[in-house]
Amino acid sequence: MVACFAENNIGMSGEAQLAMGRGRHWIRVERYWEHTDFPDVQARLLPVMCQQCGEAPCEPVCPVFASVHSQDGLNTQVYNRCIGTRYCGHNCPYKSRVFNFFAPEFEAPLEQQLNPDVTVRSVGIMEKCTSCVQRIRRVREEARVEGRPVADGETQPACVQTCPPGALVFGDSSDPSSRVAQLLGSPRGFRLLESLDTKPSVVYLKKGDTTDA
Amino acid sequence: MPDPLQPPPNWSVEQPPAPSIPPTEASPEEEARALTATGVVALPAATEAELGTVDRALEARVFGSMETISIRYVLVMMLLLAIVGVGLVAWGWQLYHGIGVTGKRRPVFWGLYITSFVFWIGISHSGTLVSAILRVLNVEWRRPLTRVAEAMTLFALMIGGLFPIIHLGRAWRFYWMIPIPNERGLWPNFRSPLMWDLLAILTYITASSLFLFFPLVPDLAAARDRSRGLRRRLYRMFSLGWRGTQQQWNRLHLGMRIFTIVVIPIAVSVHSIVSWDFGMTQLEGWHSTVFAPYFVIGAIYSGVAALITVLVVVRRGMHFEDYLTLRHLDRMGKVLLAVAAIWFFFWWAGFLTDWYGGNAEAKELQRVHAFGAMAPLFWTMIAVNVALPFLTLWFRRVRMSPAAMLVISLLINVGMWIERFLIVVGSPIRNALSFDWGSYRPGWPEVAIASATVAAFALLYLVFSKTVPLISLWEVKEGWRVDRWRRTGVIEVQSDVPVVEPSSAAGVATAEVRA
Repeated sequence: MVACFAENNIGMSGEAQLAMGRGRHWIRVERYWEHTDFPDVQARLLPVMCQQCGEAPCEPVCPVFASVHSQDGLNTQVYNRCIGTRYCGHNCPYKSRVFNFFAPEFEAPLEQQLNPDVTVRSVGIMEKCTSCVQRIRRVREEARVEGRPVADGETQPACVQTCPPGALVFGDSSDPSSRVAQLLGSPRGFRLLESLDTKPSVVYLKKGDTTDA
Repeated sequence: MPDPLQPPPNWSVEQPPAPSIPPTEASPEEEARALTATGVVALPAATEAELGTVDRALEARVFGSMETISIRYVLVMMLLLAIVGVGLVAWGWQLYHGIGVTGKRRPVFWGLYITSFVFWIGISHSGTLVSAILRVLNVEWRRPLTRVAEAMTLFALMIGGLFPIIHLGRAWRFYWMIPIPNERGLWPNFRSPLMWDLLAILTYITASSLFLFFPLVPDLAAARDRSRGLRRRLYRMFSLGWRGTQQQWNRLHLGMRIFTIVVIPIAVSVHSIVSWDFGMTQLEGWHSTVFAPYFVIGAIYSGVAALITVLVVVRRGMHFEDYLTLRHLDRMGKVLLAVAAIWFFFWWAGFLTDWYGGNAEAKELQRVHAFGAMAPLFWTMIAVNVALPFLTLWFRRVRMSPAAMLVISLLINVGMWIERFLIVVGSPIRNALSFDWGSYRPGWPEVAIASATVAAFALLYLVFSKTVPLISLWEVKEGWRVDRWRRTGVIEVQSDVPVVEPSSAAGVATAEVRA
């Protein structure tokens, strides 16, 4: 999460605003408690970021085409087109879209380490996880310059790169030899709120015996 | 067969006894009161001379109230201006700092502003719709109250239409929703219900302002003929050269007949589209097929209540007791009771379906509403929107009491406001991922701006009451003549009676007969 804030120039909201529910997290780890009686405490952790839906509910409701589908299947948010109706925020079932209630602030010395590849968003607009589109684009451009295909695992969003146990995997699911495509075949796979048929690109693997996988 | 326009035999309220030929020494106003008896329409077979007396009294009352300004009027105006001023300051504050000064938060992205938006669009409904339906059905008692109703629609729309702009994160970019061809080739997204909403409201505000303006033209001409100076110039401009020729009357009647029918589907579609802002999402509590009819009937419910509020206030404040009579209140009270029943039916149809369904999200929403954080609001809504009208409006004594009707209609609008709040804010506080449940508490700018719009609504009425006849003079006069013709079979186009300026009343009756 910290990597995400640093990579994507996400503004700090401050403690009071955060408590109100105005955190700008592009990714959050949801905790669902299964046992709350000490000492048998157990939580299931569910990292939720933008699910990059194939049939994204946020897209048709935007009156100004700020929320649009890119050619490579990402839901992109055009910041300078957004006028802040916040309709997309309501229609997102994953609540993964965040709003700039105030202008973003970066406590010193954080303003010195802003990522030059990413816009700092202004007040009054929606933003959300981009799957680190700047990294995807950079890797693709480098590969094109070098005249080779993008290698599996070459593109890593900030959250994937920094996750110590490697719980997050990013890759091209249309390439059958990629790690992602192999994991997708697992019977443990599920998508979040599948009944809504939003066709998310993010697939979770539920807990199970190792023999299942 | 008894005349439906006549009061029932046991009629006994505040009005003088059955009309007779007025004593000659009485003032014109007293004579007129005796002639009009229990209202504007119940006029016995009067002579042209008596009609002239009634006409003069009506004009004296209506124009007289426009020409004087009391201390009380000035004080109320200043108070309202102060409230509006605070609201403007709050809006400036919000524009400068951002939407963060409101109480909105994830996942409640819409708050008091959209609640107020839906509420005001609802209020705007009944004015034009009630007026149009009563016109289509040729209901005679509509005549003195159409203008007040149509003005209510326009003012409520002007105010309601501001809220989507106030609510924007970048309000200064609101025109990006308007399809203006531009050099960057940008175009709004017509798949978005917000775009339908924009078009619907623009259509409705155009239609309802024309619907108000058409029948206003002869009255503006009458005002022109009575005034001088700047006022006269303004009236002359807005009365569009009205001279009261037969051709002009024919065109006015034809135009109104077409417009009255066209404006009804427009009004119904507008609130359906407002409901689809919610119905088209996949959010539990919003995604519902019942929303369009439910919103339309809810709009009519709150609108009829608001119309009654306005009627009581205008009747008292402008001393229109002889024209906006207790019989009008009585009839609007019956309409309100009927609409309350229909509204409850639609609400219950939605509630019961969720109750019997097994959807965990819907059940959680109902729990929060009925027994959780929203319970005080929920039960207030049930009390004032369901229990209150059914316990009171059955009784004629209640319907005939201006004070009681004022309290009831205001309470119903409080209830309808709460109902919108429960939809706009009460649904997003819950969703499928319980980690992301939230809450909402309005910030001070939201409260200030919402209050300011209520004040602005009253302010618009105050200004209107001094510039435009709040009772449609020619329609009331026409009603008296239609009534006379119906009773006696005799109709005379007044030519020899010096009633008023020839521009206002002449020719009315013939046009109606031909119709």
